[in-house]
Amino acid sequence: MKLHEYQAKDIFADAGIPVPESRLASSVDEVMDAVEDIGYPAAIKAQVHVGGRGKAGGIKIATSEEEAREAADSILGMDLKGYTVEQVLVEAGVDFKNELYVGVTMDRGEGKPVAMVSTEGGVDIESVAEETPDAIAREHIDPAFGMHPYQARKVCYEAGIPKEVALDVASILTTLYDLYESKDASEIEVNPVMITEDDEVVAADAVMNIDDDALFRQPELAEMEEEAYEDELEKKAGEYGFDYVRLSGNVGIIGNGAGLVMTTLDLVDYYGGKPANFLDIGGGAKAERVTHALDMVFSDENVDAVVFNIFGGITRGDEVAKGINEALEAFDEIPKKVVVRLAGTNAEEGMEILNTDLVEVEKTLEDAVQRAVQNAEEANQ
Amino acid sequence: MSILVDDDTRVVVQGITGGEGKFHADQMMEYGTNVVAGAVPGKGGQKVHGVPVYDTVHEAVEEENADASVVFVPPAFAADAVFEALDTNLEFVVAITEGIPTQDMAKVNKRLSETDTRLLGPNCPGIITPGEAKLGILPGNIFSDGNVGLVSRSGTLTYQVVDNLTQRGIGQTTAIGIGGDPIIGTSFVDALELFEADEETDAVVMCGEIGGEDEEEAAKFIAENMDTPVAGFIAGRTAPPGKRMGHAGAIVSGSGTGTAESKISALNDAGVPVGDTPEEVADHIESFL
Repeated sequence: MKLHEYQAKDIFADAGIPVPESRLASSVDEVMDAVEDIGYPAAIKAQVHVGGRGKAGGIKIATSEEEAREAADSILGMDLKGYTVEQVLVEAGVDFKNELYVGVTMDRGEGKPVAMVSTEGGVDIESVAEETPDAIAREHIDPAFGMHPYQARKVCYEAGIPKEVALDVASILTTLYDLYESKDASEIEVNPVMITEDDEVVAADAVMNIDDDALFRQPELAEMEEEAYEDELEKKAGEYGFDYVRLSGNVGIIGNGAGLVMTTLDLVDYYGGKPANFLDIGGGAKAERVTHALDMVFSDENVDAVVFNIFGGITRGDEVAKGINEALEAFDEIPKKVVVRLAGTNAEEGMEILNTDLVEVEKTLEDAVQRAVQNAEEANQ
Repeated sequence: MSILVDDDTRVVVQGITGGEGKFHADQMMEYGTNVVAGAVPGKGGQKVHGVPVYDTVHEAVEEENADASVVFVPPAFAADAVFEALDTNLEFVVAITEGIPTQDMAKVNKRLSETDTRLLGPNCPGIITPGEAKLGILPGNIFSDGNVGLVSRSGTLTYQVVDNLTQRGIGQTTAIGIGGDPIIGTSFVDALELFEADEETDAVVMCGEIGGEDEEEAAKFIAENMDTPVAGFIAGRTAPPGKRMGHAGAIVSGSGTGTAESKISALNDAGVPVGDTPEEVADHIESFL
């Protein structure tokens, strides 16, 4: 789960990390009120969950009332990589001489958190990592102890942070690690940390992503989540408790288990079709979940045909078949053709139960996918 | 022959009184697994399917000589359950639980490195040695004993590939689901090393998926250390960057690490053929035997 910049900055400020004065605004009038208080220059920044906001025109600097109005006008309501901008952060401009990068994330390979510091701030850190990996200093943290202050100092010195500010940057890093741990972040970064002419350090941007699996013990953060959904269908999936990702194709896919659903997507592509979604109904799915899953894919207007692939371990084929029948019998006319393939626990019973007036049945995964791809092509003609 | 578990393995089930734990303990016993105890705080003295339940894992190990544990404990308490198991020096711990916070697993991982215990999972279907024992939730009926080892990050994909093999009369020595989380106990490399050392295993299937670099490391290990032939499959070729595909670990990062292409080409470079479909994986295995 991603937090917005303004949400992350509130958390940073509460923890004592210096951030510029700022206010959230959702209309041009509110922006104008905010800049009047904050003064010029002011940064007006779109609050959406995408990287590269600046390049895409989602961040503008205003040095006058006229520029502030223009910026607010152009950013509010704009489409930024598929997200509509509904809120902007109006923030005091910082006069800086240097931009640094500071962040903490999980190193999967090592199974340990890693702190990263670089003097190459203000640009995409992933491209820095690719082009000049030596420009980033790294320090692995023992999760049992947390970050020792000396580790924060060491990694800052190794990164070549100027002496005048190194200890202040190290202090930001220690606080970031504490937040990383206490808020169950999967990633936390400040890019850039700005160094002013007077050698003050300021967190000018804030990225904070939270481990979805830890939201149960982070109720305050969990409350911020609902705004994060990209579209109506993903929101609906959240309510039904499905793992769902919407894609751009026209073959709807329902299955159980992440690996097998991914494989079904890949096979749709392999046989010349285009997957419309990833939808994992999970283990032990009963009739109601099956109904919800069909509702999900039928609600996607891009879907022309559906493939339903279940390999039962805990999930029972007869339960799934009952659910499919129930869901489809509710329609006067089936909205899109559904191909079903059941295997594993009680698959044979399931195949017998399935109402073949309503669905097409295939025995193997490969055959089911090919038939669905063909159905989608025909529906599209 | 087999790896890690067989009919001598003495199993304690952590969380045996919960819905999942109770159901799967029964399934494991029906399959022939030697389940000797359960461990659930506050439930000591009860019996489940005739198996004595203890308040602590320590008691279960002491009283019943358990040497392996299976963890069916809800995510909020699962890391604690694994710590408890590690404190008893069991040989083998299988964590089935899905949704354990990653930072909890980082702490478990640290503790694990200080013990001699092997951890499988979490968020995994477990392990099965056909005809002898299963520790986990794999459906026993689709497996048959034979000479092919299987290691996979995914549960249902494992079943699919096993089914493709079984349809051709190809059985398995042991099948291992290592789990789809970012931090796991037993890696591909660990499992491959065990299969390489097992005399009965004549070929190995390795099913990977997008995210992380474990498959790349496995490819390197295969090229340098394995004589047993390996065939691969990688799920997630069509996954867009930045989207978590069900498993917490199945995500292609913005910078492009963890892609299917990178994994497939690493495996191909190591001489491992990668099937475009599960059926093709079975073709490769058949050609090895």
